[in-house]
Amino acid sequence: MKHGSATSRTRPPFQAFLEEHRSIVYRFLRASVGGERADDAFQETFLAALRAYPSLEDGRNLRGWVLTIATRKAIDAGRAGRRRALTVPDVAAVGDANGQVGGESEVFDADDPVWRAVASLPPRQRAAIVHRYVLDRSYAEIAGAMASTEAAARANVHQGLRKLKEVVRHEDE
Amino acid sequence: MRTSELKRLGQDRAGRSKALAAAFADVALDEGLLDVGYGFADSPFGALLVAVTRRGLVRLQYPGRDVGEELEELAARLSPRVLESSRATGEVRRELDEYFAGDRRIFDVPVDLSLTTGFTRAVLAATARIPFGSTSTYRAVAEAAGSPRASRAAGNALGSNPVPIVVPCHRVVHTGGGLGGYTGGLERKVALLRLEGAAV
Repeated sequence: MKHGSATSRTRPPFQAFLEEHRSIVYRFLRASVGGERADDAFQETFLAALRAYPSLEDGRNLRGWVLTIATRKAIDAGRAGRRRALTVPDVAAVGDANGQVGGESEVFDADDPVWRAVASLPPRQRAAIVHRYVLDRSYAEIAGAMASTEAAARANVHQGLRKLKEVVRHEDE
Repeated sequence: MRTSELKRLGQDRAGRSKALAAAFADVALDEGLLDVGYGFADSPFGALLVAVTRRGLVRLQYPGRDVGEELEELAARLSPRVLESSRATGEVRRELDEYFAGDRRIFDVPVDLSLTTGFTRAVLAATARIPFGSTSTYRAVAEAAGSPRASRAAGNALGSNPVPIVVPCHRVVHTGGGLGGYTGGLERKVALLRLEGAAV
């Protein structure tokens, strides 16, 4: 048995870590990259976490740590997917809303005006908005997840929000 | 638009994250990142916790001990990359099924004794050679491990066997015919010997 120096690096079995944080990670990704890409981003996030897990120095804030990884994945995916989201044909989504049932795993994000507005944001603003309004995280936590300052996190949220409102207003006209 | 409308974008509906988490062990296995895979095998004694590494079966735990505690110990002693994996544990679970059904006399699944050291490992290696349906003695396995006078220490080593049943410490009894002890309780030792048709 390893003792002494090992105690500061004690961390739960990965299965327990996965069970504890899977839902918040999925919710973050689902709102950041959309239903279609969330599944892949989820596995990529936890693979990156698994890779780094044994050498992780500070195991005190595992939730913050895994959301930081998820944020990086979302921003990367967002950069790749943004162009595509913006070129989704401008269909009248309202008519489809009541016919939308079942399909638990596949959610047709393209028909959702709120999602389309969020998808049109630059990836960093989008991630910041999701941390703030979907997960209710503090600016300090958002700064941690985005490797930036609290002021920058605040700016990302505010700029994102302004843009979001412009896009929605524009769609309503 | 209200910011509260954003909430629904981040729903974890219909157990989606649960399903993804369940599929994750296979992803980890394919990436070569699973260090310890565990699962549960049916047995006449209840569900056995089995854990495997790349080298083989590293732990078999009788019901009774808290599974969470056991997994924490494996994480601390082997690697924290511990995931429930039906694929990684498939072979050992199938062989245990066959053994309890009376259709298997020898386990083919490799054993990883990395939770043991020194004399204990030598005693377990000697014990692994006792054939199905027969018994040996504490003195004989001590001798085979290189310390003929250490039969008491051999008993302790067998008591700490991390992989009972597969390394058949139930086949080791006292020279005078007494059953001795067993890591899973004496009734289980008797039940296993009876299952194998050994004289009890």
